[in-house]
Amino acid sequence: MLRRPFFWVIALVVAVFAAAPAIGNNVELRESLVLATVYITLATNLNVVLGYAGYVNFGSIVFFGLGGYLCVYLMGAPAWPLPVALFAAGAAVSLLALVFGLGILRLRGAYFALATIGVNEGVEAFVENFTPFGGSSGLYLPVTMFKPLGGPMAALWIVYFLLVAIMGASLYLSYAVKRSKFGLGLLAIGQNEDAAQVLGVPTRRYKALAYSLTAFLPALAGGLYFFKSAFIQPSDAFDLTFSTEAIVIIMLGGQGTVTGPALGAYLYEELRGWLLTSDTFSNFQLVIAGSLLLIIVLFLPGGLMGWLYGRWPRLRSLLE
Amino acid sequence: MSLFGIIASIIDGVLVGSVYGLAAMGLTLIWGVMDVVNLTHGSMIVAGMFALYLLTSVLGITPYATLLPVLVGGFLVGLALYWIAVHRMIGRAPLMSLLSTFSVNLVLIGLGTAVWGTVLFNVPVSFPGVTWQRYTFPGTHLLAAALTAVIAACLYVFLYRTRLGKAIRAVAGNRQAAELMGIPTTRVLALAFALGVALAGVSGMLIATLFPFTLLSGDAYQLKSFVVIVLGGLGNPTGALLGGIALGLLEGLVTPFIPVSWTLVIEFALFVTVLIAFPRGVFALRRS
Repeated sequence: MLRRPFFWVIALVVAVFAAAPAIGNNVELRESLVLATVYITLATNLNVVLGYAGYVNFGSIVFFGLGGYLCVYLMGAPAWPLPVALFAAGAAVSLLALVFGLGILRLRGAYFALATIGVNEGVEAFVENFTPFGGSSGLYLPVTMFKPLGGPMAALWIVYFLLVAIMGASLYLSYAVKRSKFGLGLLAIGQNEDAAQVLGVPTRRYKALAYSLTAFLPALAGGLYFFKSAFIQPSDAFDLTFSTEAIVIIMLGGQGTVTGPALGAYLYEELRGWLLTSDTFSNFQLVIAGSLLLIIVLFLPGGLMGWLYGRWPRLRSLLE
Repeated sequence: MSLFGIIASIIDGVLVGSVYGLAAMGLTLIWGVMDVVNLTHGSMIVAGMFALYLLTSVLGITPYATLLPVLVGGFLVGLALYWIAVHRMIGRAPLMSLLSTFSVNLVLIGLGTAVWGTVLFNVPVSFPGVTWQRYTFPGTHLLAAALTAVIAACLYVFLYRTRLGKAIRAVAGNRQAAELMGIPTTRVLALAFALGVALAGVSGMLIATLFPFTLLSGDAYQLKSFVVIVLGGLGNPTGALLGGIALGLLEGLVTPFIPVSWTLVIEFALFVTVLIAFPRGVFALRRS
């Protein structure tokens, strides 16, 4: 794997993300890149299920939100240190995803997509009523929470580097899955699930494994994201806009590729930042995301990567 | 809570549930005929609600007289939507039609929130109710259920007794065979989609006579429609009406006992469970 150029492309991207704001202590750039790392993490992980196996998950944000909730909760009353709380949250969410996955992945196509909407809304409604999680008013962390990491200033940098690391891990995971036998099985499921099953792909196990595997890193990202803001509430944690944006990003970049979601996430984040600061468009963020998605689905189903591969076929040997 | 109270709550739940059934009929008709899950369903329900609000408050039309304009308007909007977002997706992977209708929904909701915000709207509708024991059933609930029954009966007659309705069912059964028998399938698909959207609009209009609403109410009712069609079986309009009544019955049964905010949790749990346990629908046993 080390001899493949794409391995080093990912390493380069991660290095640029880590170094760019650190040079000259540029806090503004860091804050805008935080969102980019989260988008890339969410989209890359969702892409394994959506792009490889062809299962549309409208509620991918559940992993992010639940990870955030568990991490903030464990750091609050039981006062667990960040690394322990983070990994506990990630492991718990992965396990939950495995259990859910074994159930709802028996469904196919549109049925599965509907079930994921149900899971997202159901979990949000549950958390809103669940007293230990603070109900609809949410959970707060005291400012002293940043002390073990060397005060708020240092803590925000540490959180950023961890988010970059999670982003890098997501990209490598997506790449490793794509090159493995497991990934080929997922791609076969995406092409024709019945045929894959007949040819001996353990479809149920593979799908549940993919669902659970791609829950872990988003859960960690959620934990860090909400640790950073020291506050979490249901409408932020389970914001369907995030799930929506993850899908737009994947389609924009090109489903089923490793580079596509990352490229799409970065471009989308830039576009979004520009729209939010513009007076005319700040109210029309959803409208623009929706129009973009419609145009891609109607006219450019391969996304940006599909278009790039079409123009320069030799890119295929460099990027995945 | 007395026994009468519970019975009254269940009857009221059934009245309201039949309107959910009407909403779901639109969704299930489209799904059954063209294998497209119409994710603009929620915004079409909201469009019906706002049509009622605008027609009554701006033009001063009596609430129930908006039924016909909403039906016709919904049909036209549905035709436009079919040609914009759905036609190119027919026969492609289900992922694509999900995403295309989903994106149209985003655009519509985004435009709506930019214009109206997300404040609560209420259309005052008064109609004499019926009193039984100490309980009064609101006239609006009774009338909404009665109108639902009439529309559902019309749809049934249309689908099973007219040539056009039979063409729709033929296309749902086997599009290629229908095409070979000389049925203009594209036009039939467009007609079925428009009909489904019109039903969503009318149900939204009826729901708005019962409850206050916001621009984002569509999501909740769209999810209720999913629960209902999953109960009733996909592509089965009669099943959808039964599913709606069953959901309303459940809501009526649980509301006296638990806080309203928990009903959502129960509905979604039911939704996912039924989806996994009976993917063909609880009331769809007769379908092969």
